[in-house]
Amino acid sequence: MKDKDRDKMMWSNIKKRSAKDKIVFGAICFFSFLSMIPLFLIIWEVVSKGYKNFNWRLFTQVAPSSMDALIAKMSGEPIPGGILNGITGTFLIVGLAVLFTVPLGLFVGIYLSEHRDNKFAQTVSYLTDLLQGMPSIVIGIIAYIWVVKPLGSYSALAGSVALTIMMLPMVVRSTEETLKMLPHSLKEAGLALGASYTDVIFKVMVPSGFGGIFTGILLAVSRVMGETAPLMLTALGASVVNWNILEPTAAIPLLIWDFYNDPNLVDIIWSASLLLLIVIFLLNWLAKIVARKWKI
Amino acid sequence: MENITENRLNNQEDNSGNEPILVLKEVSVSYAPGKKAVDNVSADIYPNTITAIMGPSGCGKSTLLRAINRMHDLYPNIVTSGDIYLKGKNIMKMNPMEVRRMAGMVFQTPNPFPTMSIYDNVLAGYRLNGIKLKKNEKDEIVRKSLTAVALWDEVKDVMNRRGSFLSGGQQQRLCIARALALKPEVLLMDEPTSALDPVSTNKIEELLLELKKNFTILIVTHNMSQAARISDNSMFMYLGDLVEYAPTKQMFTKPKNKKTEEYLTGIFG
Ligand SMILES: Nc1ncnc2c1ncn2[C@@H]1O[C@H](COP(=O)(O)OP(=O)(O)OP(=O)(O)O)[C@@H](O)[C@H]1O
Ligand SMILES: [Mg+2]
Repeated sequence: MKDKDRDKMMWSNIKKRSAKDKIVFGAICFFSFLSMIPLFLIIWEVVSKGYKNFNWRLFTQVAPSSMDALIAKMSGEPIPGGILNGITGTFLIVGLAVLFTVPLGLFVGIYLSEHRDNKFAQTVSYLTDLLQGMPSIVIGIIAYIWVVKPLGSYSALAGSVALTIMMLPMVVRSTEETLKMLPHSLKEAGLALGASYTDVIFKVMVPSGFGGIFTGILLAVSRVMGETAPLMLTALGASVVNWNILEPTAAIPLLIWDFYNDPNLVDIIWSASLLLLIVIFLLNWLAKIVARKWKI
Repeated sequence: MENITENRLNNQEDNSGNEPILVLKEVSVSYAPGKKAVDNVSADIYPNTITAIMGPSGCGKSTLLRAINRMHDLYPNIVTSGDIYLKGKNIMKMNPMEVRRMAGMVFQTPNPFPTMSIYDNVLAGYRLNGIKLKKNEKDEIVRKSLTAVALWDEVKDVMNRRGSFLSGGQQQRLCIARALALKPEVLLMDEPTSALDPVSTNKIEELLLELKKNFTILIVTHNMSQAARISDNSMFMYLGDLVEYAPTKQMFTKPKNKKTEEYLTGIFG
């Protein structure tokens, strides 16, 4: 083959290839856009229907009874009440779950990252994966058997136990992965200064991985924030603001479920959903900022 | 005992009358049973000297250095035998944490603690060991240590910035300051300039010559001209053995061992 022929062939090849690149790139863009459509539709739906009742009352009054809502509706007034009991309930249940999850998840995550070759650690790691895949309803049933039955009552505590079980694998994983990514030399630098192993872990390694660990916790919170099924079997719901962890407690997703099932209340489903969506977006946004800011 | 006298420096003019600060006696280290990465090394190291440890990759330089601050204790599979005396005390019988405070270590890549400020990095040894200091004591230690590594003027106005905000060479000097702050007996350095540019390298070399007045330094280096420039004595290791240990001048001009000569003339390495 002459040089000239070869050059020509190469050129036409390059042209063909760049045309192919363009098609593939176009397809990628198209499908990415396609997969975003449901998200945009959800946001549009929730915002356009939810903004009407998204007002001060939502945060300051408890959920209305079906009767009050019906009366208001018949006289052409907006639905009274808000979701204060759900907001405080979610705060209580999720807050308690964070309190349980963080120390536990941190310790297990540290253990897994420090003992990678250990058989027991590998088993724990595998079980963590299994737990992560466990359906939330099953976890709800477990929490019912463990907490609701022995205590003889539905409670915020039972709800937070269920959410803890759901959050734990996420926090364990993020802690483990974050610590594994830290350079080995960091640990040796601490030990070379004569520090104890424990001090190096808690004063050097965990602070260095703070960004990743905290991001993991935020994402775990945002994941369980909207969980409904496990709470139905544990926290049950309440029509008043409750701060007693041993009593039935409302939560935003539980209220949404109640509203959905009540033709008189179905309209405030959207403002409640909007609030939940905003909180979850904020948590994700905060997680991004923390991850960026604490990058080392 | 014969082994030790044999490895004692044959040129004693600098060291006459001096007691060695560090004595290695038949030190062996193995990562796996039956395979010694450091094999029966004995040597005396004198105070206020710089000793260069040279040899081809994998000959056991780092392994030997890490035996001196009991770093191998962190890994249960590693077996260390022999005795190491630091200032007359057998460190193999001491608490490893105490040993590590007496033998400061500087690593190949600068590793300041990323979450700590420059100020806190210098004091890290105290903070991690839970030693409480008064504010003026802290300031004093930080100023002295950073001055010793010629970093004080460069960072005195940015003390609260993170350590990782500095350049590579500055970070390495910060790490040296962090080790010096604990006032160690010896400073163990494993290729401390191999990740740095020539200017930073030069600065650290000058610094080591200055630090020699107050400290004893062991430095692993692949850079023969660096060893020639700064070290008083040199060790040449090969396959875990300490093949030759002599004053640097003597080793570079008339090496006793054939292997040393081959290495220094670049036949292998
Ligand atoms: N963690 C380890 N596990 C098993 N073997 C190891 C380990 N570290 C080092 N070795 C082995 O021990 C021997 C000495 O290694 P060492 O790191 O001390 O060499 P070195 O002289 O420092 O080399 P280099 O110049 O490349 O840093 C080598 O054969 C190496 O393969
Ligand atoms: Mg090495």
